[in-house]
Amino acid sequence: MPVEPVEHDNAYEGLMGGNDAHWAFGTDFEDPLAGVDTTVPDGVDPADLAAYCLMLGDDALVLSHRLSEWCSNAPDLEEDIALANIALDLLGQARLLLARAAAADPACVPALPDGSPVPAEDALGFFRDDHGFRNVRLVEADNGDFGETIARLLVFSVWRMALLERLRGSRDAVLAAVAAKGVKETAYHRDFAGRWFLTLARGTDESRRRVLDGLARVWPTRAELFVTHDVERRVARAGVGVDPATLLEEADEVLGQVLSASGVERPGAAPLAGVSGRAGRDGLHTEALGRMLAMMQVVAREHPGGRW
Amino acid sequence: MVSVLAADVAARVTDPELPMLTLADLGVLRDVAVEDDTVVVTITPTYSGCPAMATMRDDLVRSLHEAGFAEVRVDVRLHPAWSSDDITDEGRRRLARAGISPPGPAPAHGPVALSLLPTRRTISCPRCGSDRAELTSEFGATACKALYRCADCLEPFEHVKEI
Repeated sequence: MPVEPVEHDNAYEGLMGGNDAHWAFGTDFEDPLAGVDTTVPDGVDPADLAAYCLMLGDDALVLSHRLSEWCSNAPDLEEDIALANIALDLLGQARLLLARAAAADPACVPALPDGSPVPAEDALGFFRDDHGFRNVRLVEADNGDFGETIARLLVFSVWRMALLERLRGSRDAVLAAVAAKGVKETAYHRDFAGRWFLTLARGTDESRRRVLDGLARVWPTRAELFVTHDVERRVARAGVGVDPATLLEEADEVLGQVLSASGVERPGAAPLAGVSGRAGRDGLHTEALGRMLAMMQVVAREHPGGRW
Repeated sequence: MVSVLAADVAARVTDPELPMLTLADLGVLRDVAVEDDTVVVTITPTYSGCPAMATMRDDLVRSLHEAGFAEVRVDVRLHPAWSSDDITDEGRRRLARAGISPPGPAPAHGPVALSLLPTRRTISCPRCGSDRAELTSEFGATACKALYRCADCLEPFEHVKEI
């Protein structure tokens, strides 16, 4: 086999060859939906389906990034690994959902310079401003301490579990498959958060104080999880999405089970207001998201034509 | 005939994180077909965020190229989702021989209850056979494994999670 001449001017030249198969680990992106039929089902508005996928995908992406901030900072090694694993599951769900959004409605993907190799899912992740993100505000807040992170993950995963269980019946085969897989993963997330909540609440005075403070800080953003956006109403009616208002009863019951076992009263704090009825699903966010995105996106934006 | 050969090559490719298993043992290799002159291999992810997918694809492409198949494409199939039940009996034996505890039966479909108790599993230490294993963490070095420690021989070991 002829040996390729070695390029000495650029130490990274050799990494950029077209054939990745000689690397122990791939250096290129792979399309998480390669070969998957992404035809939009009859009677569904592609723009609505894309917006809905962005909502669920952005929830996962933003919380994934927040949880990844715990890496090397968690109370002990096991929890560090656990939070990183949960972040990885959510990142995987986000990739599938953002790729599904792009396939449903390519117009939702930000334009990049001609010739940019950035795939659609990355363009969505790294080249939208905070107003383009459609996640609920619950997931974007700073982590706080471990108690607050656990409280947030509990509230989120109880809600998302109820949602994904129903989304398995979506008429959109891609969403149904993402949900079926996500249910299995989210069961572990909810279990992790529920058991830690109980442990902290029944632990020392200090651990109880911290997890209760955390729950009190998370609580005002919980109500938004169950508010039905127009897009959600339409995709639910079309049989591809879930109306989040229908999740409240189950989520209250499961969360109540954890609070009761933990000897914790349900908080009474009022919901965080939106602006003229607009909130996270409309792209209206707290300051925390902008700061988080600045960190998350800076390298990709510096090099819009970069290959990684 | 060509597809039988290609399927044979694909079935021998090993998992990048669990190299004692082939992709076929792990149950992620869903199909090998030949369309015109292209070998089309279909795989499914174990977990949504499994970072080994790109490596699996590259390893499949490289092995098939080396076996003389010039055109290779790797597709993803999401449905039905991978289950730890998809690991073959041979795969389970190989895991145990490598010191990794194989998964028990995956939980049934349907509503998943929250128990607030450690996951109950019947597990024996892959080193000494003791059934006195203690859960260290439901999350391990890869998305698919939990961490245990044997209370008799005191060695830590990994367990492939039921999913």
